[in-house]
Amino acid sequence: MKPVRPDTYRRLILLTGLGIVVLFLANLFWGSVSIPFSEVCRILTGGEPEKATWGYIVLQSRLPQAVTALFTGASLAVAGLMLQTVFNNPLAGPSILGINTGASLGVAVVMLFLGGTIGGSMVGFSISGYLSIVLGAFLGASVVLGIIIFFSTLVRSNVMLLIIGLMVGYLASSLISLLTFFSSSEGVFSYVVWGLGDFSGVALSQLPFYCVVLSLGLLIALLLIKPMNALLLGERYARNLGVRVGRVRVWMFVSTGILTATTTAFCGPISFIGLAVPHMARLMIGSSNHTGLLPATLLVGGAVSLLCNLISTLPGTASVIPLNAIMPVLGAPVIIYVIVNQKKIQYFN
Amino acid sequence: METVLEARKLTIGYRQGHHREKCVQRELDFSLEAGSLVCLLGPNGAGKSTLLRTLSGMQPTLSGELFMQGRSLSAYSERERSRSIGLVLTDKIFAGGLRVRELVALGRHPYVGFFGRLSEEDHRIVEEAIHQTGIEAKADSYMAELSDGERQKVMIAKALAQQCPLILLDEPTAYLDVTSRIEIMHLLHRLARQGKSILLSTHDIEQALLLSDRLWLLSRSLGMLCGVTEDLVLQGQMSRFFGRGGVTFDVRDGAFRLENASLRPLKVEAPAEMMRWVQNALMRSGFRAVSTETEPTSDLFLRVVSPTDMELNCAGKRITVGSFADLIDRLKLYVHA
Repeated sequence: MKPVRPDTYRRLILLTGLGIVVLFLANLFWGSVSIPFSEVCRILTGGEPEKATWGYIVLQSRLPQAVTALFTGASLAVAGLMLQTVFNNPLAGPSILGINTGASLGVAVVMLFLGGTIGGSMVGFSISGYLSIVLGAFLGASVVLGIIIFFSTLVRSNVMLLIIGLMVGYLASSLISLLTFFSSSEGVFSYVVWGLGDFSGVALSQLPFYCVVLSLGLLIALLLIKPMNALLLGERYARNLGVRVGRVRVWMFVSTGILTATTTAFCGPISFIGLAVPHMARLMIGSSNHTGLLPATLLVGGAVSLLCNLISTLPGTASVIPLNAIMPVLGAPVIIYVIVNQKKIQYFN
Repeated sequence: METVLEARKLTIGYRQGHHREKCVQRELDFSLEAGSLVCLLGPNGAGKSTLLRTLSGMQPTLSGELFMQGRSLSAYSERERSRSIGLVLTDKIFAGGLRVRELVALGRHPYVGFFGRLSEEDHRIVEEAIHQTGIEAKADSYMAELSDGERQKVMIAKALAQQCPLILLDEPTAYLDVTSRIEIMHLLHRLARQGKSILLSTHDIEQALLLSDRLWLLSRSLGMLCGVTEDLVLQGQMSRFFGRGGVTFDVRDGAFRLENASLRPLKVEAPAEMMRWVQNALMRSGFRAVSTETEPTSDLFLRVVSPTDMELNCAGKRITVGSFADLIDRLKLYVHA
């Protein structure tokens, strides 16, 4: 592969940005309910639509959903990139390492166990209810991250660490199964629906909170670009270059925790974006230099999840396909391609 | 001569828990002069890596003091240290997707700002480091596309871009083929001549003896000995530090070999430039070459004129042999007879 020249990089980034704008608009214009093009334009420019429900659909449902998709995709992709860098393992990702599942366990505890006693269903959750779900997800994700970090000091082999991540994920899953077994059918139903993955989980009123928290996580990631490049040389070289490796790692985990836990709490455990998008971005710009790679990953992540959201609410179909039915279809081929061609792909060697 | 690094009563090793210490070397005193290439030699387990880790600040000293350019190393901040001591290791790196120039630019890390943006001056220093290590032709290649030897040159270029007065290298030529090993050693020698102070640990004794300005010999039982190569070799220090189980350092050849007392003497007359290889063939066949004057009692005599013209006198019989293969077969017959 030829290195991408700076002007080519700029063009690629611009193209991805353009793709995001187009996909974002497409998400507003198309959905499971068909609304005429001119009507959507009128609604977006502040006019009165023919039917009041159309205005409600575009502004209260499609708009927050598109923004949620954009932020969620960018966040999960960046979290995946950070995990791949911090573990020096191109096949790491929030779902593979069980961090998603940890967050799910936290959510399950809140929704099924505590939520049961509060007596509120998913629909009836107040903002404090959401906060407790986010907190539960964050705690769950942190516990799994902590376990993975602990094992990463014992196990030097990358493959072994991934397998441990899978095992931790299974353990969390088994706890979730136990919790669902002992819960009310109503609670289980809302938990299962949540688990299918859905960008509509963030209501317009919660959107500012959601975006601010994720922006915070992304900001931390952007501030870590310089030390992340040094970490590509391994811990000892990075330390010799003056990087405070321990401190950088903690911040990387804080950022990953915020991004994964928040998105999982609201949208369910969304697979593959964190694993596959960093690879798409690396293949696109032909570099693992985080200065270019991190922004590229962020944008591609946003674009990919906007695309997935569009597919999930494809016009003509009255119902919505779960995200986790679409993500693997897009993500798995990328990973298989990368693994099959790993001898030819520079960043593996 | 200006001293870059100095140790006073330095004890190195590991802390195990709160009060237990595993000491590897005790009370070392040494100093490293500016602009010199020093090779750290010693058997496995002597503490070479521990010493290098201690000097690079990755591992705390157990006791004693280290001075870098006259200042205690413990008083250096992390940033100051990263500007004073450059490191080259054999650690696996994960930067296959970086281009050579980008990797060398990581050496500017201790100097650039929060977002790592390089100034004109930084770019100039990076290009100079690439030039000094002779990797210009590969500057735009991915790290993944390089050979092991080229990769090591890039890591040296990174250390140069770090602009440290002292560069430490932990077995930089391990895993390299012989040509790359020699290239790397000559590169380091040249850099030392240009004013860098270079300390490396190596098992490549041949190159170390040829090129290092001073040797630091390290052994578990004997501690540390520093000196100029020729002084140490001719004092018999190489055998003292490395000799074990009959392996000794042959001062004439500058190489290690297993001493074998059961070799039978064989009088040899051969051109000087061939003598080493004649001895080599004889040693494998169970003989020790002796000069014609010193050993009158032997009944064997070998006269070598050229590699294709040799004459073996054996108990009065004269046998002409045309190759070393032939000679070895004849000697085998003689031994079994």
